Amino acid sequence: MRRLLVLGYGMVGHRVAEAVRDRDGGDAWQVTVVGEEPRPAYDRVALSAFFDRGEAELRLPDLARRGVALRLGETATAIDRSARTVTTSAGAVLGYDALVLATGSAAFVPPVPGNDLPGCHVYRTIADLESIAADAAGARTAAVIGGGLLGLEAADALRRLGVRANVVEMAPWLMPAQVDEGGGALLGRLISGTGAGVHTGAGVSGVVAGDDGRVRRVLLGDGALDADLVVFAVGIRPRDALARDAGLALGPRGGVAVDAACRTGDPAIFAVGECASVDGTVYGLVAPGNAMAEVAADRVLGGRAEFGSADTSTKLKLLGIDVASFGDGHARTEGALEVVLNDAPGGRYAKLVVSDDARTLLGGVLVGDASAYAGLRPLVGRELPGDPLDLIAPSRGGGGVGVDALPDDAQICSCNAVTKGAVRAAISEGAADVASVKGCTRAGTSCGSCVPMLTKLLAASGVAQSAALCEHFAHTRAELLEIVRATGITTFSALLAAHGRGRGCDVCKPAVASILASLGGGHILDGEQAALQDTNDHFLANIQRNGSYSVVPRIPGGEITPERLIVIGEVARDFGLYTKITGGQRIDLLGARVEQLPAIWGRLVEAGFESGHAYGKALRTVKSCVGSSWCRYGVQDSVGLAVELETRYRGLRAPHKIKAGVSGCARECAEARGKDIGVIATEHGWNLYVGGNGGFTPRHAELLVADVDHDTLIRCVDRFLMFYIRTADRLQRTAAWIEGLDGGLDHLRAVVVDDSLGIGADLEAAVARHVDTYADEWRGVLDDPHKLARFVSFANAPDAPDPTIAFGTERGQPVPLGPVDLGLPVRPDHAKV
Amino acid sequence: MTLSTTVPPRTAVERGAACPAHRVTTERGVALLLPDGSQAAVFRTGDGALYALDNVDPFSGAAVLSRGIVGDRAGEPTVASPMLKQVYSLRTGVCLDDPEVRVAVFDVEERDGVVEVAARPDGGR
Ligand code: SRM
Ligand SMILES: Cc1cc2nc3c(=O)[nH]c(=O)nc-3n(C[C@H](O)[C@H](O)[C@H](O)COP(=O)(O)OP(=O)(O)OC[C@H]3O[C@@H](n4cnc5c(N)ncnc54)[C@H](O)[C@@H]3O)c2cc1C
Ligand code: SF4
Ligand code: FES
Repeated sequence: MRRLLVLGYGMVGHRVAEAVRDRDGGDAWQVTVVGEEPRPAYDRVALSAFFDRGEAELRLPDLARRGVALRLGETATAIDRSARTVTTSAGAVLGYDALVLATGSAAFVPPVPGNDLPGCHVYRTIADLESIAADAAGARTAAVIGGGLLGLEAADALRRLGVRANVVEMAPWLMPAQVDEGGGALLGRLISGTGAGVHTGAGVSGVVAGDDGRVRRVLLGDGALDADLVVFAVGIRPRDALARDAGLALGPRGGVAVDAACRTGDPAIFAVGECASVDGTVYGLVAPGNAMAEVAADRVLGGRAEFGSADTSTKLKLLGIDVASFGDGHARTEGALEVVLNDAPGGRYAKLVVSDDARTLLGGVLVGDASAYAGLRPLVGRELPGDPLDLIAPSRGGGGVGVDALPDDAQICSCNAVTKGAVRAAISEGAADVASVKGCTRAGTSCGSCVPMLTKLLAASGVAQSAALCEHFAHTRAELLEIVRATGITTFSALLAAHGRGRGCDVCKPAVASILASLGGGHILDGEQAALQDTNDHFLANIQRNGSYSVVPRIPGGEITPERLIVIGEVARDFGLYTKITGGQRIDLLGARVEQLPAIWGRLVEAGFESGHAYGKALRTVKSCVGSSWCRYGVQDSVGLAVELETRYRGLRAPHKIKAGVSGCARECAEARGKDIGVIATEHGWNLYVGGNGGFTPRHAELLVADVDHDTLIRCVDRFLMFYIRTADRLQRTAAWIEGLDGGLDHLRAVVVDDSLGIGADLEAAVARHVDTYADEWRGVLDDPHKLARFVSFANAPDAPDPTIAFGTERGQPVPLGPVDLGLPVRPDHAKV
Repeated sequence: MTLSTTVPPRTAVERGAACPAHRVTTERGVALLLPDGSQAAVFRTGDGALYALDNVDPFSGAAVLSRGIVGDRAGEPTVASPMLKQVYSLRTGVCLDDPEVRVAVFDVEERDGVVEVAARPDGGR
């Protein structure tokens, strides 16, 4: 067996090992990887998502399971080319038949005094982020040195950690490598709008410590900035020392010199990724690195692949602000012409660079709105489908290029070099959703910017899953809601007659009932609405396995007086109900028969309780911790806010249930980040997180907005909830809804926090209507004899209990017995035949 | 108005249980307690037709089919069990999600403002 040794287990080293494993069917090669970082390879491109998604989400597919020997936490220290061995920091001497250098690069720290003080960081590895987070806990302001892609990501990460960042950039505008002056000016304004400071045309001359010996200030040429934390993000240097010490040639600007086969001067040694210099160029992006990895793997296995030109397109994944550049964005091609749309008030800048005859697209820059990126990038070097201005000006059709205009060999996913043809082939072989296209082709698995394109290709080939609610309505839930809003239709039958077919079913009826209720349709058991409801909503209680129901009174924030506790206890005792504390900080009384529900609720309503909506697709609970009133760590009144939120949104019908939590400090005893809406107190106000849930696929909520005051918080939650109610699918919780939004969390933040669609006031007004018209549903039943009449087990025997419901005893409380043998002859058609 | 569905058609119905017709609301079920202690779920669909099935959900054993949502599947009138959501044909009692399972069907008719269900299902057989 021949031995392949890969040095460096970053994204590119991982790709080399994976590609060899993929292709080497006969297992002719034994693959060993030496990685200096103590953890398996992870998605460095998505590094900034580390705080939100955690390490596990960033991890790349496990290669140990595919027979690759991983030596992690071990550094290669020397190469002996004549012996074909590599020595490691663990003292091991590893032989090789082929060696691939994938040592990547290191962050460059400018040689200014104080650059190594405690509190100085770089932004490259998970370990860097962990140490930044540790320092951020005690920091108020930070300086990010470098206003390129990395620096802006670092500023963003700091913002999420609750630290305000000043970005210092030597060039006259931000992201000078990708963006031209016009785009850079807009970008600077948009970044300032997120709360970060922007200092362009400024260089750092030193870092100064405070009395504690930690970073205190950074010195600029003509001034200084306060900073408790500094992140250097000015550039990278290829890690080429091993190769240099082994006598291999380097490129003019560093990096191990390689040819188009990614081979160094030594035919047994390859170099790929950020440590390699191809034709004098070191690429600091993952797409060219992956391409090199594929070439090297192919060559190791005896193939003839060559590294061609590399796509250096970039799209920045910064909070709320789109920046993209592709192809020749700086118009360096001879005779190139520029078509520019500079909409300063609208916050959009778009430039296309075209050939001198204006027919071929050469590149472009998009700032503020990069939705056209996925469609334009594959067109670089090709004939334009029309007038270039039409592609970027919204008033002229705008929004870029449709999938139809792209030829089959156009690259849809540049990170992984996947063409439109390859995606279409995967679709015709049965890939029916984005996840399976990702699985078959790898497209969309790196930076994700091509995912919208994949969705469009799926739709264009007609295999996209039907969005129809059910056989009775060809519309989605969101479309039906818009129809109801626009037409003022108030009943299911009118909606069905005008926009559906057939008689409806258990899918569309509750969905429409929920829409009518969300839009303020009165009591859920009024008129025809009653017949649409699921049994839980129909009886305002949750059905249990034996046909009995449970009773869950609302206990806002989990706060309850002794008197009310006693009432609950008395009711449970008097009606013989099983009693349990729920996972939602309230009390469940189980085992009530339908005809007992009004009497039970009569007692509860009299004592001041209201429906807890445990049965509804509606707000459930707002969990709280004790907070600042009692807890020695609490910084805000979490119980007070939880009670306020629960009272504000109680009864609000939604596509799925909604849960919330409020914690009084970062210790997070209310588990708020496990909820659809999570609020965590800070010294200055509240952090709002959205999109968490437990259940089948647990998800942590992600930060929507930080350090806001009470009124801003309520406004954001109002908008968030109503936007969710209006646009989500049936039974789609907030996490899945956010994931499915075009633009994801960034788009959501733009809509909710920055009101980018201009619908904020409308959403708030809709919530205000709900708050004003809210009435307790159970009281509504008790006050209405027609509604009360439904609460019987038998229409011909209103007082008779259902004889199939019976209880035994467990740990001193009633539990369902059954199904009960009623002594009837066994009916064969009840059994499976 | 007299409406009836009979599977199979018969003549004399042994009266089982009855309730005022207005208690059977459109597109929703009610349960009737039969003399032998068993239960029928009676439904009225939007076109006025009446149907009755055994009220016991065969999957859970709970007497709850009357509390399901009424509708249609490709035109076949149906009810979905509120427990685990299997859908049954109101005409034949066959479970459309698992055709090996069937619930019994009762004769039902409306006469003079009263809805009557037969004492035993499937024509008394
Ligand atoms: C009673 C309770 C369990 C308990 O004894 O603690 C409970 C009981 C039920 N849960 Fe739950 N869940 C209860 C807390 C939770 C929690 C914990 C929490 O809220 O902090 C979770 C995880 C958090 C979350 O929801 O994200 C939870 C995740 C679920 C899920 C999965 C949701 C998901 O998105 O994956 C379901 C299924 C669903 O809703 O589709 C579910 C569904 C149900 C249903 C409604 C199932 C059903 O249709 O019969 C159960 C009947 C409720 C009833 O009262 O009869 N229950 N359930 C808790 C009621 C809380 C309350 O006061 O309202
Ligand atoms: C925050 C951030 C955002 C980015 N965003 C993008 C983006 O949006 N788009 C894009 O295309 N690119 C982006 N990049 C760049 C991209 O991550 C890199 O191009 C890519 O990760 C390079 O991969 P690599 O494997 O060549 O190098 P690296 O990822 O640096 O991996 C090299 C590995 O080798 C290890 N190593 C080094 N020397 C030795 C040794 N002697 N022995 C053993 N192990 C060693 C290192 O510890 C490291 O783990 C981003 C980078 C960062 C940091
Ligand atoms: S989250 Fe903080 S304030 Fe609330 S109980 Fe826990 S430690 Fe106390
Ligand atoms: S373009 Fe980055 S994942 Fe497809």
